[in-house]
Amino acid sequence: MNQQTSRLLVVFGVMIGALLTARHFLVPKTFGKLGHYRAAAVDVVAANKAKYAGKEACAPCHDEIVQTHDTHRHISVTCEVCHGAAAAHIDAPTEVKLRAPRERGQCPLCHGYNPSRPTGFPQIDPATHNPAKACISCHNPHAPEPPRTPEACSACHGGIAREKAVSPHASLECTECHQVDKQHKVTPRLSTPTKPASREFCGRCHATGAKSAPGIPKVDLATHEERYVCWQCHYPHSPELK
Amino acid sequence: MRDSEMRLEPSEPTGRRAFLSKALPAFVPLVALLQSGRSEQSQKEAAKQGETRSYRASQHDYAMGVDPSRCIGCGQCAEACKTENDVPEEPFYFRTWIERYSVHSDRETVVSSPNGGIGGFPAVTERGVLRTFFVPKLCNQCANPPCVQVCPVGATFKTQDGVVLVDSSYCIGCRYCIQACPYGARFMHPVTHTAEKCTFCYHRIVKGHVPACVEVCPTQARIFGDLKERASPLMRFRRQNAVQVLKADLNTEPKVYYANLDGEVR
Repeated sequence: MNQQTSRLLVVFGVMIGALLTARHFLVPKTFGKLGHYRAAAVDVVAANKAKYAGKEACAPCHDEIVQTHDTHRHISVTCEVCHGAAAAHIDAPTEVKLRAPRERGQCPLCHGYNPSRPTGFPQIDPATHNPAKACISCHNPHAPEPPRTPEACSACHGGIAREKAVSPHASLECTECHQVDKQHKVTPRLSTPTKPASREFCGRCHATGAKSAPGIPKVDLATHEERYVCWQCHYPHSPELK
Repeated sequence: MRDSEMRLEPSEPTGRRAFLSKALPAFVPLVALLQSGRSEQSQKEAAKQGETRSYRASQHDYAMGVDPSRCIGCGQCAEACKTENDVPEEPFYFRTWIERYSVHSDRETVVSSPNGGIGGFPAVTERGVLRTFFVPKLCNQCANPPCVQVCPVGATFKTQDGVVLVDSSYCIGCRYCIQACPYGARFMHPVTHTAEKCTFCYHRIVKGHVPACVEVCPTQARIFGDLKERASPLMRFRRQNAVQVLKADLNTEPKVYYANLDGEVR
């Protein structure tokens, strides 16, 4: 072996040795074990802590509610949809409490009317559907029931019900002014509800001497357009505000 | 012939072939030494991993089914995803989100996604809308992922169980993968400055849970399952529906299957 070759061999040896040494220290230990990546990274990702515990985790303590829930129409709506991520609560049941949304904003997230939602999905217009009333005062979220028809007047007279719901007369029941025979629900046109026949009926609240709240508008029945019954001019389901 | 040449010039055994044939064997022990040390270590690590969990990644191939005709646009999935994976709250970071398509009668299609759908969508009020619907979107966990191909350091990869993950301790934040993803499923984390994406909630699925978005979807518009398990909800979903994938022409082989997808969805 001549001199050049042996020198070159030394130089090449040092270079390749340096490369391998650098590679040994710079390339992560598990790189290339499973592919062109650090195999240990899979375990790092897999070790993240879950915050959603899953539906099965609730039943051991809340078995009664879970059973009610699972036999009703919200069965595919898991607990954590409304109550939020539950893993922390399961680790410390007394310290960490989950949310139990009772306000009106929660349900319209799914059930508010939106034309983009699939046809047939139960929806209401939050602005007109019993405004200012909490959803849970009528509907049990763990055991919701679809509306039965005709459950109330609004089942058929929806337009009137919606109009009345946003009017000053919202708190009045339909039966306050209309006498409705049971037969009306069976044969609506053969048994029509009554309408107030006298001016004095409205006068119970709106006459000048009436014992009603001060904010309610009042007129003197004796001098105010005595030819007419009130509802001939004023539409009671949506009376003028002022 | 060569022998005679060698004999003629004994003091000059040069030539590439001769050099390499002498030089290469010299490095074999060194390489072998280094390699043996590494493989021992990796074997130890593998054994340790086997102790902590009896999960066999090679026996799974995860995928998701999405039925847009069931999606009500409530945004629970996008919100749960942010909670589960500590995704920044700002409205431009999403691992999953909902898009609303409004197809107008003048053939224009408007796609909107206010805050990814978190908190719901305002009702469509404009006139002339032919049809309107929601489409949940997320990383398609491609079997042939462009993001993995372009990563210069091997920080993003496809696991044995078919999930595309990011090694955030190895990511150099070059954003190449964000450019490469045809589905817009990746973003740069504002704090760590590394690429972020949907992991199919990898930490959940290896423990047998479903991803957080699937867990909270109230209408079962999202179906999660294993392609290697025949009796899984996902396989039933694929049998029962006409399934499509997004941008099939790009040959990314997505593993998020959409049922009865509208032609306008991109």
